[in-house]
Amino acid sequence: MAGGPSRELLAELATRPGRDTLTSTLVKGAFITVSLLFLAAMLFAPLITVFAAAFEKGYEAYFEAFKDSDTLAAIRLTLTVAAIVVPLNTIFGIAAAWALGKFEFRGKSMLITLIDLPIAVSPVISGLIYVLLFGTQGWFGLWLQEHDISIIYAVPGIVLATLFVTFPYVARELLPLMQQLGNDEEEAAITMGAGGLMTFFHVTLPKIRWGLVYGVILCNARAMGEFGAVSVVSGHIRGLTTTMPLHVEILYNEYNFVAAFAVASLLTLLAVVTLVVKTLVEWRTGYRKR
Amino acid sequence: MSFRSPSILPGFGLTLGFATFFLSAIVLIPLAALVAKAGTMGWREFLEVLIDPRAVASYRLSFGASLLAATINAVFGFIIAWTLVRYDFPGRKLIDALIDMPFALPTAVSGIALTAVFAENGWLGQYLAPLGIKVAYTWVGIVVALTLIGLPFVVRSVQPALIEVQRDLEDAAETLGAGRFYVFRKIILPTVMPALLTGFAMALARAIGEYGSVIFIAGNLPMKTEITPLLIVIKLEQFDYTGAAALGFIMLVISFIMLLSINLLQTWGRRRLVAAGR
Repeated sequence: MAGGPSRELLAELATRPGRDTLTSTLVKGAFITVSLLFLAAMLFAPLITVFAAAFEKGYEAYFEAFKDSDTLAAIRLTLTVAAIVVPLNTIFGIAAAWALGKFEFRGKSMLITLIDLPIAVSPVISGLIYVLLFGTQGWFGLWLQEHDISIIYAVPGIVLATLFVTFPYVARELLPLMQQLGNDEEEAAITMGAGGLMTFFHVTLPKIRWGLVYGVILCNARAMGEFGAVSVVSGHIRGLTTTMPLHVEILYNEYNFVAAFAVASLLTLLAVVTLVVKTLVEWRTGYRKR
Repeated sequence: MSFRSPSILPGFGLTLGFATFFLSAIVLIPLAALVAKAGTMGWREFLEVLIDPRAVASYRLSFGASLLAATINAVFGFIIAWTLVRYDFPGRKLIDALIDMPFALPTAVSGIALTAVFAENGWLGQYLAPLGIKVAYTWVGIVVALTLIGLPFVVRSVQPALIEVQRDLEDAAETLGAGRFYVFRKIILPTVMPALLTGFAMALARAIGEYGSVIFIAGNLPMKTEITPLLIVIKLEQFDYTGAAALGFIMLVISFIMLLSINLLQTWGRRRLVAAGR
């Protein structure tokens, strides 16, 4: 797999004279120890804590947490938001990757930078901009009020903020892949009389499918886990506008730690599944971005 | 050159049109609303919000903690990337896969989990407390949270650059009598530098805007442990839209500058590779 020394290299290194000196062994040991200790404190301990705290009062208390109707409503809302956001951003990602990956035109690099913008922007800003547009004192606030439409402190606002935050993920995954694969096969298909859609589904899609899988699952993980942006637009109305991460906050602030960590454990599992899919995709394609 | 170079592939107008429309509707117009809102303020009013002592204290904390966290990440991220690229040990692949965890883990989860670990009765907090080190509910906790979320940026940026380092150059230098440290300083570090700086800048940019993981561990006391994004949220909760927009505008400008620096660093890194004949 990419990222580590190949078997051949390691074998070759082992045969080189002067490599297995005491110093080099000590340095190696020190590097591995420092890395593992740092990761243990910063990453593994928090991960284990999530499950330890969730199961602190036993299995029954853990599963009891999911019988609460507000918790169930939060899970439902998170699934609903992801079901709207992920397909939209997937369609956008494919369209953007096609336009930017297959064609050369003026202003292309500018457009790529703009698509990346939501990643650089603070999640709080991502929520704030929609409040400024649709909030009670926002640009469209009065009009929305007159027509009895609520966006902020309601589900549409949560969907919009999540769309913004997860906007670039599919496009970012597909664009380098499309550029790397080139246009030859598509051009051949078109020359031989295939239509645009036929070319996409039969030539391009099979080539980019693993990148697409990873982009979609990453977009989904972000959509389900977003906290800051959603927190700004949600209004925290229990059982109505609280997604799972917001519900974790509410439970945590009520000192209901078992329930808070129980919901958090679901989100952690989501992250684990995302990483497993990512790793599988990398093994499958032998390709790694970044 | 015309607007686009010729191609026989179809769908350019449709896909570019849709992508631009969606980009404008979801990203550009809402961001323009923020700039416009900040623009409705007079200079005086704008400056008053910006140099309010509580706001200034929040910048100092946000930037100080983010810089410190990004520096810690540059050091440990480099060590971890080095360990993953150069050494083989049991569990290496698993650890390599887990590095991306902070990307995938919802920030609220990392926030409450870190707080639990570093609280005075937590797994690590209980050993730090007798030493007089309080992590949770202090600025140290903020640095810890920002370090966690920034770590993958440095590791994932440095890893491919370390793979690129030409081993034969290292070997040649060693045969000529160079010590390990000299080789590191003269060959490895220059090759990896652009990637390391890119990772540092990415971790810094992410840390400055971070909200979710910080607010649980920070304590959130005004003037002491209140980060700038939290101050924006507080202003919004008080329906002070203009104040929130002013602070938001400044943060947006900083994001732009960070994004630009990262792009420049990446271009620099690519040029280095091309110059090295690859």
